[in-house]
Amino acid sequence: MATQKKAVALISGGLDSLLAAKVMLEQGVHVEGINFYTGFCVEGHTHAIRKKDKAKPKRNNALWSAEMLGIKLHIIDIIEEYKQVLLNPKHGYGANMNPCLDCKIFMVGKAKEWALENGFDFIITGEVIGQRPMSQRKDTMPVISAESGADDLLLRPLCAKNLPETLPEREGWVNRDELHDFSGRTRKPQMALAEKFGFVDYAQPAGGCCFLTDKAYSVKLTDLWASRGKRDYEIDDIMLLKVGRHIRPKPNFKLIVAREEGENNFLQGYKKQFITLRTMSHKGPLTLLDGSVNDGDFELAARIVARFSQGRDAELVDVEVTENGVSKNISVKPFAADEIQEAWRV
Amino acid sequence: MIELDARRLMCPMPVIKTQNMIKTMAIGETLRVSCTDPGVMQDIPAWCRINGHLLLNTEEIEGEFILTIEVAAE
Ligand code: SF4
Repeated sequence: MATQKKAVALISGGLDSLLAAKVMLEQGVHVEGINFYTGFCVEGHTHAIRKKDKAKPKRNNALWSAEMLGIKLHIIDIIEEYKQVLLNPKHGYGANMNPCLDCKIFMVGKAKEWALENGFDFIITGEVIGQRPMSQRKDTMPVISAESGADDLLLRPLCAKNLPETLPEREGWVNRDELHDFSGRTRKPQMALAEKFGFVDYAQPAGGCCFLTDKAYSVKLTDLWASRGKRDYEIDDIMLLKVGRHIRPKPNFKLIVAREEGENNFLQGYKKQFITLRTMSHKGPLTLLDGSVNDGDFELAARIVARFSQGRDAELVDVEVTENGVSKNISVKPFAADEIQEAWRV
Repeated sequence: MIELDARRLMCPMPVIKTQNMIKTMAIGETLRVSCTDPGVMQDIPAWCRINGHLLLNTEEIEGEFILTIEVAAE
């Protein structure tokens, strides 16, 4: 008997990658999953910082997919390397700050390296021609194969019949006739196939699985770069962009105001790294101050923070400002609602 | 017993750290991972099931989540 061929499957946690891997398993291929963590991935838990979201399921969809498939999953931290992809995408951005084509090229390239190191024969993805405007088009599919270096070791089981034959098909490792010819934005064929395989309760995240496709998030990221005068980020920066109200009353600093208890707890973890503001005379949210400030800025910041406290209608609110472990108290008059300018909200 | 501090990391980082640490360990050794993201109580057990490692214990102590895993054969 011929030796069983091995494929590494890019598993995002969405339905398409789940189906693509299943199609290979059905053909008797040994499949293991690989999932890349860019730092911008939307998964249950970063959502679940907010207490109101706590009731929603918090599973990690890539792990869930692997469990449904009965395959191993290798999760790889690419936070550092991904910076080059996001900061200098050769093929540019999509509708927001999503560099989808470069991202795909990078991930498939990494999967190829992994396959070589681990004795795997080919790579599969859940891509479907026409499904996504930037990376999943007929003309970009060959670009991903070529620029990732995967060439014809890259097989897309869900739309392979619409693409030239790849090595696994030519060599008879997989049967092309049993691959699919999905195309376009419709989800019907995927849903029918999911039903055939008995998959229910799969992830269909409305906003996709990546914060970079989110408009509000992209605006905050662009603001961060503009205010620092350079395009760069650390993991803490990108985590904090997911949390709280962001208010920039002056170019040199912004405030990150917790919106509720879950965010309050999350921001507590950053108290050592940032100047923090807390209302003392009234209940109020924890606020981080990001940027460099001079003495006059504290009053402005404190008046904003007071606005979001229960003392918003009080004559004066006491605010504690802590910097490098040293605290001072200032009493300020809270801003009225219309004094917090719309343009300050990032 | 090997200790792994994954506190203050958000999922999936604690899972990645656990995975990478277990790669360096021998079969039968145990790993104790401390975390603060409650998501680990779902994700690390799922990761153990997928990869065949044995989850010996989970506990919550003063807001920290501690999981003990025995390394099984790959
Ligand atoms: S949405 Fe685009 S940028 Fe984000 S992970 Fe997917 S391909 Fe990459």
